[in-house]
Amino acid sequence: MYFPASHLWIIPALPLVAAAIGALVPRSGRALASGAAIASMVAAFFVSCLALHTALADPAAHAAHNFAWFDVGSGAMRLGWLLDPLTAFMCVMVTFVSSLIFIFSLGYMKEDANFKQFFCFLSLFAAAMLGLLVANSLLLLFICWELVGLASYLLIGFWFHKPSAAAAAKKAFITTRIGDLGFLIGLLWLYDSTGSLLFFDGGHGVLEAATLTALTGKTLVCCGLTVSTAIGLLIFCGAVGKSGQFPLHVWLPDAMEGPTPVSALIHAATMVAAGVFLIARVYPLMSADQVLANVPLHALTVVAFIGAITALLGACIAVAQNDIKRILAFSTVSQLGYMMLALGVGSWTAAIFHLLTHAFFKALLFLGAGSVIHAAHHEQDIRRLGGLGAKMKITFATFAIGMMALSGVPFLFSGFWSKEGILHAAHEWDVSHLPLYAGLAAVVLTAFYMTRLMAETFFGKSRSHESGHAHENSAVMTVPLVLLAACAILLSLLAWPSPWLQHQLDPSAHSEPGGISLMVLSIVLVAVGIGSGWAIYGRKPRATEASPDPLETAAPDIIAALAARLGFDELYAATVGRLNSGFASLADFMERWIWGGAVTLLARFGEFTGVVNRETDENTLNGGFDSVSHQIRGTGRAYSRAQTGDAHGYMRFIALGFVVLMLFVMLGGSR
Amino acid sequence: MSSLPILSLIVFAPWIGALLLALFGRNLGANARRALGLVFSGSTLVLALVVVGLFNPAAAGYQFGESHAWITTLNVNYRLGLDGLSLLLVLLTGIVSPLCLMASWRIERDTHTFGALFLLLQGAALGVFLALDFFHWFLFWELTLVPAFFLIKLWGGPGATRAAYQFVIYTLAGGAFMLLGFAALYVATGTLDFAELTRLAATGGLAPKLAALGGFWPTAVFVGVFLGLAVKVPLFPFHTWLPSAYAEAPTGASMFLTGVMSKMGVYGFLRILWPLFPAQLHAAAPCLLWLALGGVVLGAFAAMKQTDLKRMVAYSSINHLSYCLLALFAVASATKPDAAASALSGTLLQMFNHGLSAAALFACVGILEARSGGLRGLNDFGGVRTVAPLFAGLCGVAMFSSLGLPGLNGFVGEFLIFSGVFGLAPWAAAVACLGLLATALFLLTFWQRVFHGPVGAGVAAFRDLDRVEILTLLPFAILMFLFGVLPQIVIILFNPLVTTWAAHLP
Repeated sequence: MYFPASHLWIIPALPLVAAAIGALVPRSGRALASGAAIASMVAAFFVSCLALHTALADPAAHAAHNFAWFDVGSGAMRLGWLLDPLTAFMCVMVTFVSSLIFIFSLGYMKEDANFKQFFCFLSLFAAAMLGLLVANSLLLLFICWELVGLASYLLIGFWFHKPSAAAAAKKAFITTRIGDLGFLIGLLWLYDSTGSLLFFDGGHGVLEAATLTALTGKTLVCCGLTVSTAIGLLIFCGAVGKSGQFPLHVWLPDAMEGPTPVSALIHAATMVAAGVFLIARVYPLMSADQVLANVPLHALTVVAFIGAITALLGACIAVAQNDIKRILAFSTVSQLGYMMLALGVGSWTAAIFHLLTHAFFKALLFLGAGSVIHAAHHEQDIRRLGGLGAKMKITFATFAIGMMALSGVPFLFSGFWSKEGILHAAHEWDVSHLPLYAGLAAVVLTAFYMTRLMAETFFGKSRSHESGHAHENSAVMTVPLVLLAACAILLSLLAWPSPWLQHQLDPSAHSEPGGISLMVLSIVLVAVGIGSGWAIYGRKPRATEASPDPLETAAPDIIAALAARLGFDELYAATVGRLNSGFASLADFMERWIWGGAVTLLARFGEFTGVVNRETDENTLNGGFDSVSHQIRGTGRAYSRAQTGDAHGYMRFIALGFVVLMLFVMLGGSR
Repeated sequence: MSSLPILSLIVFAPWIGALLLALFGRNLGANARRALGLVFSGSTLVLALVVVGLFNPAAAGYQFGESHAWITTLNVNYRLGLDGLSLLLVLLTGIVSPLCLMASWRIERDTHTFGALFLLLQGAALGVFLALDFFHWFLFWELTLVPAFFLIKLWGGPGATRAAYQFVIYTLAGGAFMLLGFAALYVATGTLDFAELTRLAATGGLAPKLAALGGFWPTAVFVGVFLGLAVKVPLFPFHTWLPSAYAEAPTGASMFLTGVMSKMGVYGFLRILWPLFPAQLHAAAPCLLWLALGGVVLGAFAAMKQTDLKRMVAYSSINHLSYCLLALFAVASATKPDAAASALSGTLLQMFNHGLSAAALFACVGILEARSGGLRGLNDFGGVRTVAPLFAGLCGVAMFSSLGLPGLNGFVGEFLIFSGVFGLAPWAAAVACLGLLATALFLLTFWQRVFHGPVGAGVAAFRDLDRVEILTLLPFAILMFLFGVLPQIVIILFNPLVTTWAAHLP
């Protein structure tokens, strides 16, 4: 059945409608809100499958449907939908994982007063995430990118009455927004230099050859970078923020303040992988400078090194965490680093394959952690758990599958194949082998910390009242676990016996099978990781929650530093935070004393002029005027004494005047 | 249709309401007074929608023109007209004004005087947007000060008297410079008609005529008019009157001041300064860009330091309006029609969107004040979302709109401004991004302190919104979604005008 690109909007619209329903029903409408959310997500899954079916019919075609959003001057800002295997695979994954997590949430959030709001936010998130995937325009992608950020903010802060949750939500929003500003500038630059933001537009899109050639043809005066490199690196800033890459990874562990289904969906499987998707989507732009040999820097080189650093850093820090969700969060940071590494070394298909497998097994691990937390009355500290394997058999079994997939236990588990693809690509990279070494080191660490997590949580004896009374959860929570576990295994088929998925994603790429020696090496490393983890934590399980960690006794300084996340938060608070509040104080100071002061000064000057003016008037100008008027008044008073009102007196004066006048006339006349 | 003077009706209908309230308000009950005020205030929206229906968006010139000889000896004509820019602002006034009165519903003291002054203010502001002759344009311009002064002084907070005097004296001083400038223009050209002056400027006849008075006159007149407008917007650093005026005014007046009156300055820049003095503006643009950037960045950072929520929103207004000026100065500084069209569209859209979001935020702070008996400190609340989820939801929409979240109205305008400015002055766009970050920071801090966390002392007794408050905030929220998703319904009103401007850049 053919599915046209012009109908792709249906996929994000379905959860959007569910979100609107969730927003409008009263608080008691729990069944309606959750029912709408799950139904819309299942429907979106089937539509996505249809879209995938269509996309695979012609994997190399980028079926696009563009439309005008609004007019700008004589042109218009156009957006569009895009259907290709990348979009379709991602949509299927997101809708499938979301459906299961939504169902799991029915059980997990059952007692929450804001149950219906939770499903409203989840649906909003799913709508934005799917919109991000089907976008054929960097602007539309950016819009949805910001909206998944909003959903993430709302869901991290879902228990907003907890100050730590409110703070974590803000931290996540601000940290990712720092990266997003780079993304925005890159987007503006791209728009300014190409006049379009559409990916594919019949030869005029920004990912099509003509545009890319024009972009690589321009070089910046200041540093010799090509424009495409600069734009690519700016866009990469957004991915660094969203995907928790070093140095903006600090928000992701704090985001675990959100309910566990949120951590599983947004902060493990889908949203945090959006950065990887973004780079894969604009890969032609990111790799456009590869054809040039004489440039100072290739954009992808930066991507590879950032990814390698993140992969290693996340794995190291995860070793020393004690909160079950924090361990998984740092593991996510590390795995996202792997994906970036793969993108950087030139194999975007390996990155997407790992993204897909990781989404399933990491969602599985988080939901398994959720199942544990729910059963153990919200106890998250692995030192206080223990012995849950016997009490929660389904959770234990599925979690074990997830753990083996993440650790890269060979052959049966999807994680092995996808990680193998990345290591192989890193091995092939001719710029440097450092990312490969970082990746290999992270393999050991991953196997180690996951074994530790398993041993502490599920083996040994229960070490607290909460975990002692835990029991397996209801089917609404265990069935999603089983399905995800099945996927964690079955996805192996996408890569074995032949790399089918990678071929579908990029038919032009010819991938030869990886070297046997590298595979053997990584299998040995996994064995070392699991073996040492088991030797340290599994053979002799911890007795009480207070008993010391063997690693901590061996190397207290290193473990303490790792437990404190290497002090990145403190470093940022002391630098960026201090700078920021200093600048705010400066702005406020200038408001009060400089700009405000200038006005006050002007006002005082006005007042002063007024005073001077009055004094002059009173004492000099008015002085003369006053004395004249004083005399006039005196004369007036003298005259007024004559006004007696006595008619006889007046007659007398008139008679006297008459006589004087007569005399004057007569005397004058005689003269 | 030419027989009905619809623009005069738009301007004077609120004044008729003001007159009725002043004459007969004493005999009416409080609710009847409020309803009367609301009806006359709402007349603007109804008439504006009629005009939208009859308006020909494809034409760039003035429409619905009215012209009558007035003072023939001075060659002054009563002339009104409307283009996409005026229509946009009339529409904004029509939307915001009734909601200001709704937000003032709880005022009990002298409701008829309040209503009459408010309608007087509304009519005067509409006059500014529609008048096409400097003579009565300036009358309207200065007339807005009188009711605004009394609204702030009589119904404002504890520092209201000082704030009201500061506001009026500062703005009057700016206005005096502008008046002097126009007096010189009149002496030089013998007309005060905007269209005539624009024509003169476009053909290059204006500068020589001014220069005939004396060599420095073209610059002096430019500076005079510029000062009057810069104070009104306000352009950094002429903004110091604003935070205290906005903070001390009663809620409804704050909403109108920021929602409508702050647009008068930007309107003046677009209608008068830019068309009449393109060469001078071009010469000054590099410096002015820095001032606008100062407003963007320092405004946002200063907002971060405010503990008075109204002052915080006031500073965010400075930040948002500085984006408009940034775009305008960028357009004046360089010639690049595509980017200019984008920047100018963004300016117009930002004026409209800021009117909605800032007014809504002031309404929200007003609701907090009403609940807490006048408190509006950043740290006076906590956990409001727990006790008043509906209020939190609607205030959240306003906050994210102000923050420029895509999907709400603020984003499209800011995006267009940034994309235009990037094309004209890339470094300015990059620096202005700092303002975006700082805005997110202080708004989310506000949200965190007031709405999140444990329920604060005194907050527990808060009730959620009542019917009047819902009717005040809900229209804002609906419009924010509407214009966020479908900006075209506004853009179509002014796009041909903007395209013409961009195509005729000097």
